[in-house]
Amino acid sequence: MDLFHNLAIGFATAAQPANLLYAFFGCLLGTLIGVLPGLGPLATIAMLLPITYALQPDAALIMLAGIYYGAQYGGSTTAIVVNLPGESSSVVTTIDGYQMAKQGRAGVALATAAIGSFFAGCVATLALAALAGPLTATALLFGPKEFFALMVLGLILASVLSSGPFIEGIGMVVLGMLLSLVGTDLSSGSQRFAFGIPQLFDGLDFVPLAMGIFGFAEIVKNLEQDDKLSLVTQKITNLFPTRDDVRRMVPAMLRGTALGTLLGVLPGGGAVLSSFASYTLEKKLSRYPEQFGKGAIEGVAGPESANNAGAQTSFIPLLTLGVPSNVVMALMVGAMNIHNIHPGPEVMTKNPTLFWGLIASMWVGNLMLLILNLPLVGLWVKLLTIPYRYLFPAIMVFCSIGVYSINSGTFEVYEAAVFCVFGYVLIKLQLPAAPLLLGLVLGPAIEENFRRAMVLSRGDATVLLTSPLSASLLAAAAIAIILIMLPTIRARREEALQE
Amino acid sequence: MKGLAIRNHRAFASGVLFLAFAIFFFVTALQYPAGTAARMGPGYFPRLLAIVLAAVGLIVILGAMKPTAEAQGLRQWDLKGLAWIAGSVILFGALLFPLGLVGALFVLVMVSSRASPEFTWTGALANAVVLTALCLAVFVYGLGLQLPVWPSLLN
Repeated sequence: MDLFHNLAIGFATAAQPANLLYAFFGCLLGTLIGVLPGLGPLATIAMLLPITYALQPDAALIMLAGIYYGAQYGGSTTAIVVNLPGESSSVVTTIDGYQMAKQGRAGVALATAAIGSFFAGCVATLALAALAGPLTATALLFGPKEFFALMVLGLILASVLSSGPFIEGIGMVVLGMLLSLVGTDLSSGSQRFAFGIPQLFDGLDFVPLAMGIFGFAEIVKNLEQDDKLSLVTQKITNLFPTRDDVRRMVPAMLRGTALGTLLGVLPGGGAVLSSFASYTLEKKLSRYPEQFGKGAIEGVAGPESANNAGAQTSFIPLLTLGVPSNVVMALMVGAMNIHNIHPGPEVMTKNPTLFWGLIASMWVGNLMLLILNLPLVGLWVKLLTIPYRYLFPAIMVFCSIGVYSINSGTFEVYEAAVFCVFGYVLIKLQLPAAPLLLGLVLGPAIEENFRRAMVLSRGDATVLLTSPLSASLLAAAAIAIILIMLPTIRARREEALQE
Repeated sequence: MKGLAIRNHRAFASGVLFLAFAIFFFVTALQYPAGTAARMGPGYFPRLLAIVLAAVGLIVILGAMKPTAEAQGLRQWDLKGLAWIAGSVILFGALLFPLGLVGALFVLVMVSSRASPEFTWTGALANAVVLTALCLAVFVYGLGLQLPVWPSLLN
């Protein structure tokens, strides 16, 4: 079996003591930072990027994947214990998880989240391994116009799924793409929007931009609102679910995993969409719908399995097609580029140990999180009691050093400061920043594929609609836009995406 | 024209932001040759995107002035907090080489701490000492990142 052969290569890489250690540290640091309020996976990864610079590419990626899952898991912990979602994919966990905690069942809720995530992680790892081969083969069928259509679809879906009005999401995507054009035009070699500043010739770096918007500007916002954390103070004693809990959580985990695995693959999908969809599904199917919102265990088991499965399978489009499906994946592209790996169909063939090692270490990471988190929950909760006035300067320090060490230059530091101001404007105007970053990352590839497609068709844009593959991708994008315009769906979307 | 009052100030400002960026990018892109659709120059795609962004901006602006638009004001701005945070980052960049990491981090922590309404001198000082020591241990001695550690005068 090819699949098992490949997984064996992967586990051989992932199980090297050094790599195990990096996976462990990644999970530990990811959870540590992810638990802190106001820091989602994106800011966490951006902050911890510099510590991976010195590593070998495979070790660095393994560590980053660990950080990602750790951050994801840290978010769920705070969602349950203090009713504060560390990131948007654990928003739904707060609904029933926090209620469980208030009823003295925080331990059970945390254990449910951990077991659900682990189970989902196992399934998603297998799905990723099984789908990677065929999808990479599909990538070979993709010409410039198909890639163009796929990326347009991804960006449209990302705007549909962002908070706030759809049209503003589109505006942010386009603005991000325009910002991505700063620097050298690869086809002609001429400089665009660089205004003679040599540091801009290579384009706007993704990391300072992300840190400015998601790190610094977010801090300014957090300082404005002095909300008190509603910490559940009682000791977390019992971790073990009762027999009745198990009976109710297992089917929810299975459904959540299936849903998350599917939705994660979609461009624009991923953890957030999966968790919302799973919660809705569980509430619909449950025999006790009246318990939802009052501590129903399915409301934790389903979404937590779904977001982990989605988080994992959202690597599929990135690793096989080179198209990041959400902002975290976009940041992963940035991280990989630093190590001179360009995600896409070639990674699997050219660098199989790295590719399969990464996949295997995702599973290893999930296992570590399970072992790491349950005993350490008490410690994570303690972290939350650190006053924010000591915490945010620490975030500033790590982000600043991180930004500096991208190029060992202060230009990136100033860039981050500028985007801090810009990010603050976005927060005040309630414009979503995620579509902007996705546009920024996909912009150059979209332009290149668009130009190539037009060269091949001699400037005939209708070719995008006559090729069956690109036509169906664009049709899917059009359907998404039409659906979002329908008043009923619009109302439900606003309800679901409300923070 | 009673119907044309700005009802949603937030959306209106967002639309103006989009429009301003669109105009900026379009005008700048006019310097670059556009070429034809079959042989695009460096100016073609930026112009196309700028036109799309301008259209989005206009739709958002008009939407904010529709009589049916949701009435929404602009949020309160806290420019002081923003100035302390952004300013501390700029200072870090400016002081890293003259003062070294030790000095620059110290300034960064002290200045950014001022953004908090709960600022105290002793708390910020203690935090600065701890964080500077931690960063030296982790980044300079632990990870071996190339950073200027001490003020350049001492070298």
